[in-house]
Amino acid sequence: MNRILPVLTVVVALIVLWYLGAVAMNAQWTRDQAARAGQELSFTGIVADTLSQDRPKLPAPHQVAAELWQTTVQKSITSKRSLVYHGWVTLSATLLGFAIGTGAGILLAVGIVHNRAMDMSVMPWAIASQTIPILAIAPMIIVVLNSIGIQGVLPKAIISAYLSFFPVVVGMVKGLRSPDAMQLDLLKTYGASGGETFRKLRLPSSMPYLFTSLKVGIAASLVGAIVGELPTGAVRGLGARLLSGSYYGQTVQIWAALIAAAALAAALVGVVGLIQRATLKRMGMER
Amino acid sequence: MTEPVITAEKLDLTFQTNDGPVQALRDVNLTINKGDFVSFIGPSGCGKTTFLRVIAALEHPTGGHITVNGMTPDEARQSRAYGYVFQAAGLYPWRTIAGNIKLPLEIMGFPKAEQEERVKNVLQLVDLEGFGKKYPWQLSGGMQQRASIARALAFDADILLMDEPFGALDEIVRDHLNEQLLALWARTQKTIGFVTHSIPEAVYLSTKIVVMSPRPGRIADVIESPLPRERPLEIRDTPEFIAVAHRVREGLRAGHSYD
Ligand SMILES: Nc1ncnc2c1ncn2[C@@H]1O[C@H](COP(=O)(O)OP(=O)(O)O)[C@@H](O)[C@H]1O
Ligand SMILES: [Mg+2]
Repeated sequence: MNRILPVLTVVVALIVLWYLGAVAMNAQWTRDQAARAGQELSFTGIVADTLSQDRPKLPAPHQVAAELWQTTVQKSITSKRSLVYHGWVTLSATLLGFAIGTGAGILLAVGIVHNRAMDMSVMPWAIASQTIPILAIAPMIIVVLNSIGIQGVLPKAIISAYLSFFPVVVGMVKGLRSPDAMQLDLLKTYGASGGETFRKLRLPSSMPYLFTSLKVGIAASLVGAIVGELPTGAVRGLGARLLSGSYYGQTVQIWAALIAAAALAAALVGVVGLIQRATLKRMGMER
Repeated sequence: MTEPVITAEKLDLTFQTNDGPVQALRDVNLTINKGDFVSFIGPSGCGKTTFLRVIAALEHPTGGHITVNGMTPDEARQSRAYGYVFQAAGLYPWRTIAGNIKLPLEIMGFPKAEQEERVKNVLQLVDLEGFGKKYPWQLSGGMQQRASIARALAFDADILLMDEPFGALDEIVRDHLNEQLLALWARTQKTIGFVTHSIPEAVYLSTKIVVMSPRPGRIADVIESPLPRERPLEIRDTPEFIAVAHRVREGLRAGHSYD
């Protein structure tokens, strides 16, 4: 209970601020409309209008909630207007990209830890790759893949993997290097090979680091998948909802898509967190 | 029983560090015979660990000569001549006690059935029967260290090298483990190299005490203990025991006044 109370307080405070912001930002339009019609508006009239506009600058929370309700529960999930449908499109690209990114990240980390040349050469490139704005590179990836006939979920997944491999590389390198000198010496006294040291010591030791990276990685994957939907003018996915919302000034739709994306991210990170707890507990490595 | 298993002649070891060379061992001459219990005692930095690591082929001397079972340390490792026990038990938290003891057996390629058999035997040797299925965190520090000794014994090396194995444990647990170690030594006839900071521990356990002094690390005195191999804890109150302890202390003091 004493953990829920502070959280609730913050949520309520945010909603109150949100309402105040909505009134303040939308009031100008309300006044302009009233002036054009030659009407005089009372204070309560202004407030009521700012919270029920069709295309407000900042939609009020209940408008976003209503939109979310209508586009999830009240729509069949195969409908083009269902957020569940668009969410699934983005989620599938996210999961595929996350799998590719995690696989690539682990392979790179193994290479970096076991090969001196890779140790010296890969990391600077990995860091450089993350300094290029993803918005700049995403259209190029899609165009290039398109020209060799790859379409659909894969280009998005690759952009998503592009963002998620990096935290995995960093965490996994740290994890694979986490066994101390004593642990490594012990295996040396058994005459263990590099492969055995990897399987029996380095890999299990890296698990807490891997999971921490996976939490960052899966959120990055989602961002990548959404960004991957923007440059194609895609008609499906949360990114497409954001894009079409901004074309047509449908602010309520934009905010609903944003909240859906945030909820999806929270759920994904939560699931990874649960797997983390269960795995590390079984391995006796809870931290 | 006077067959030498470890011989060091004019052993030198200099580490190249960023602050220049550090001479960790200088002109070390020592013979360890089969069945000996040899303690290395001396202040921190006098090269005790380094010498043990040279025997285990974890460091390589920069001068002189050393043989283990008549071979080079590297060959001795290949023939599974020694088990090494570090100050920290270093058990894998994701393996059970039995799983931890199997670690060297898996790497050395023992058949599955024999692994089980050996785990059972060494658990008995260190008084941990029935704890095979437990995880390390379920055991006390002393029990964990015993498990790590069992792990070093599992592949039946003739030589047991122990670097301050009980250094992190309290005095009472330590006494108990020392007694058990002596019993284990009597039963298995192993040759033991044992690093310690404690004079009573060294005198109580050893047939031979090597007193070392620092900067550069060298041997100040080698004491052949007159105590019998059978040693109840009360032996620590006998005049013989006190005399040996006195000589160790003298050796340590002489080493100190040198620099
Ligand atoms: N890997 C190393 N690199 C450089 N110097 C070392 C290394 N290992 C030990 N030394 C130095 O060698 C000396 C002996 O160390 P050590 O054998 O650990 O002493 P002891 O175990 O008796 O405390 C110390 O001065 C220590 O700093
Ligand atoms: Mg030491």
